[in-house]
Order: sequence, then C-alpha cells, then structure tokens
Amino acid sequence: MSNVWRGVVVPWIPRAILLGLFAFAIFGPLANLLLWSVAEVWYFPHKLPLEWGFDFWRQVFKPRGNAMLSLNNSIIIAIFTVIVSLAIAIPAGYALARRNLPWRSLILIAFLLPQAFPSVAVYINVARIFYGFGLAGTYVGVVLVHTVQGLVFAVWIATAAFSAVDRELEEAARNLGASGLRTFMTITLPLALPGIMASAIFVFLISLDEFTGTFFVGVPDVVTMPLLLFNASMEGNYQIASITSLLLLVPSVGFMLFIERFLKADVLAKVGN
Amino acid sequence: MMTLHRSLRDERVWSFALVAPALLTVGLLFIYPLGFSAVSAFSAEEEGGWTFANFIKAFDLYSNDILFTVVIVSLSTVLIGVFAIAIGGYLTLGENLYAVAILKWLYRWPLFIPFIVAAQLMRTFLAKNGLMNNLIVGSGLLEPLQTQSFLDWRGIVITFVWKQTPFVALLVAGAMASLDRSMIESARNLGAGRLRILIEIILPQVRPTIVVALILSFVVMMSVLSVPIMINAQTPTMLTVDMAFRINAYGDYGVANALGFISYLMTGVVAWIYLRHGVRQGGSP
Repeated sequence: MSNVWRGVVVPWIPRAILLGLFAFAIFGPLANLLLWSVAEVWYFPHKLPLEWGFDFWRQVFKPRGNAMLSLNNSIIIAIFTVIVSLAIAIPAGYALARRNLPWRSLILIAFLLPQAFPSVAVYINVARIFYGFGLAGTYVGVVLVHTVQGLVFAVWIATAAFSAVDRELEEAARNLGASGLRTFMTITLPLALPGIMASAIFVFLISLDEFTGTFFVGVPDVVTMPLLLFNASMEGNYQIASITSLLLLVPSVGFMLFIERFLKADVLAKVGN
Repeated sequence: MMTLHRSLRDERVWSFALVAPALLTVGLLFIYPLGFSAVSAFSAEEEGGWTFANFIKAFDLYSNDILFTVVIVSLSTVLIGVFAIAIGGYLTLGENLYAVAILKWLYRWPLFIPFIVAAQLMRTFLAKNGLMNNLIVGSGLLEPLQTQSFLDWRGIVITFVWKQTPFVALLVAGAMASLDRSMIESARNLGAGRLRILIEIILPQVRPTIVVALILSFVVMMSVLSVPIMINAQTPTMLTVDMAFRINAYGDYGVANALGFISYLMTGVVAWIYLRHGVRQGGSP
C-alpha cells in the first residue's frame, strides 16, 4: 500500500499542481467570458453575476440588429477573400511547385513580407491610398486588405499541396494524350484539393478574425464582427463583447482541434520548401 | 510531344504569368504602402521637401511610449521563449505519458484565438472582479478590497504571453521531436538530469527554430492594436495606439508614419541581431 502511495501518488502531486495551474491559466479567461455572456447584472465586488439570463443573446441574434449585420458582413467578406486568394494562389502555387522559376525562393519570401513588418503604419497608408481610389470604407477595400494578410498561407500551402502530388501520375496522363490543362484539372488539382481546402479554411479564419486592417480601411461603413466586439467592449457592454467573442472563438478553436485532419503530414512537411 | 518544341523562354513567361497576380497583390497592397509610409515619415506634409520634423515631434511626444513598447515587447518575448521551451522540453523529455498527453492537449488552445478576443478575455479575467482575483480572494490570500486590477502594462504582457506561447511552443516542440533521440538516450544512460539534457543537448540544436519563432512573435506583438487599446487605455501606451490616435484625432500622417518607421527600425534591429548571430554561429562547428 505504501509502495503504491510513494510510487504513484507522490510523483503526481507536483505534476497535478502544475498542470492544474496551467489549465486555470488557459481556461480561466475562457470561463470568465462564458460567465459574462450570460450575466445580466454584474458589478464589483460581487464574485458572480447578480442576475443571469439570455437577454443579450436575444439582442445579438435579433434579425436586422447590428450584430447580425456585422456577422453577415464578416462572412461575406471572408467568402470573397477566400475566392480572391485561391484565384491568385492556385496558379502561383502550381507554378512554384511544378515549373522552373528563377528566383523561386525569393518569390516565396516576398509573400512573407506582410508578416515581417509591423503592419499598423502600412494599413494607415493603405487606407490613405484607397481613399484616393474610392476604396476606403468599401467591401472591396476590406477584401483586398484581408487577401494580402492571408496570401502567404494561401500560396505556401498551395505550393506544398502541389509539390506533394505524385509527378508520375501527371506524366501517365500526359502519355495517354491528355492536354496540360486537362491533366491539371483531372489529376493534379483533385489530388491537391485537401491541401487547398486547408488553405481556404485558414484564409477564411484570418479574414473572419482580422481587426487592424478593417479598423483603418473599413471605417465608417464596413463593420465586421471584430469591430463590433471592439466597439461594444469600449462602450463597456461586456455582454455583447463576450457573446461576439464566443462567436469568433468557436471556429478558431474548432480549427485548432481539427487542423491535423485537414493538413496531412506529407503536405505540412513541404510548407515553405 | 508538342511540349518538347516549346522553347524554354516561353515556359518561363508562362510560369511568371501564373505567379504575377499574386506578386502584384503583395507589391501594390503591401510593398507600395510600406514605401509610401517611409517616404511620408521624412516629408513635410504642407511645405513639401524632406525633413526630420516628424521624427523630432514623435520623440518629443512619444519617447516614453517608444521605451514602453520596447520593454513590453522584449519582456513578453523572453517570457514566451521560457514558457515555450519549458512546454517543448516536457513534451520531449517527460516520462509520464499521461502528463505529456494532458499538456499536449492543454497548451494549444489559444493558438488560433484572435488577438481581439484574447484582449476581451483578459479584460474580464484580469479586472478587479475578474475570475483571477476572485480565485485569490476565495483561497483566502487577499481581502476583496485589497485586490487590484491587472489592466495595465502587466495585462498587456500577460495577454501577449497567453496568446503567443502556443505558437512558439508548437514550432519548438516540433523541432525537438524531430531531433535524433540517440544522443538524448545516451546522455540519459550516463546519468544526466533532464534539465541538463534540455539545456546542454536539446537547446543548442533547436536554437534556430526558437529564434525564428520568437522574431515572428516580436513582429506580431509590434503590430497588434487591439490588445494595448483594450487592456491599457492610459499613458504610457504602445506605439500602435499612438499611431491610431495621430490619424483618428489629428489626421497627422507625418508623425504617425514617423512612429511607424521607428517600429520598422525596432524589428529591423532584432532581425539584424539574429542575422549577425546566425553568421557567427555558422562559422563554428
């Protein structure tokens, strides 16, 4: 008995304390958010909300309310960002994976630039340039800004996905007389599709979550979910801010849990090569 | 057979045509505005011509904030590095499979949570009546009236560390997992402790990954607007907030771009240290 105590329980005490603290650090803030989303009255020094309820949820999901409008805006912008990104990333990824391009690594690095500089000053100037073209405060302007943010992932993952396709299958199709385009459409693209899907989901999430670019380029007309969250939080309406946060959290956490299923190891190993 | 007749030059033109839209997008929507901001930082908006006036004004008004930004981001980077190495090290060297599995499941949660959501989470969690204070009061360590809000520079650091550690830990753990186990095992057989194995054998081999991941985090933290605005509204604050304020309150592009240029320089210095370091490392066996 005492051996079991010493061999199993004692080593678990420091481990359990550390893991418990770590779990609190990770889930404590999330739990606080859940509390706020169902709190109707809550002020200092009360440890828990004084009144509970789903009133604010009804307010958020009211048809034609501000929240539904910004949810719609976010989804429309994210869908168009995915379409634009894939339209430019698929040809680029194919060329980078399959064709002899001089300066190939330099081109790959170029897509990383938007991640390599602090971006606030860049967005300020994008907004200023867009203003001259009438793009400031428009959906098109916001989609373009989101596209640049997501492009490195779209292009790099597409390149990796095309690189992972077995060349011999393409050559077999060509030998049987298929044209280049037909080989691409019937062999290469379908085989690369899981990787492309992963990059599409990634770009969708980036667009859904993007705040800084939208803050400068979208004002005053395009209000997305992150902007609604920001405005509600700054006005002190923590309930609306928390519910909006939860709506943004669900896809992010879902993606974290399922990314390995979308992005297969053979593709992942080729990202950035 | 037809393809064989196509000349190499045609092939290259086609390849470039396929990449061109993507390159143009980055060029027009990122590199051009980046250059625009650098030029604007050194231009006199009204009189025209080149000037340092924007920088002089920026230092006059915001030298505290520049220092504050450097301290906050550097401190966060160091803490993220320490936690990420600890997590990666335990995942690689941990002997209890259950504890490793639990940690592996736990640490990734904040990975894809957007910064603005992390800011809102911490705005509630770290407040005077947030869950963190309630737990401390509940455990009897403090009286309710002794609690304090952490929504100042500490809040920014906590939020940055909470949000960015999983990203660095993921890369570091991946690099550690792909190391050759034989050296670790032989050190273990010779009786080396786990901490010693981590510091003397594993860390030197994964250092490039750690440095790249930390530099990327550094840039990300320099770019985030939502966290400092939402966590720490008072002065001193971070440069991103000052830039937004110069634009929204005064339409003052000159000073905003000068502050932007200063933030490019900060990341430039970090990248330069890394490159110099990398060259020196490359020279030794």
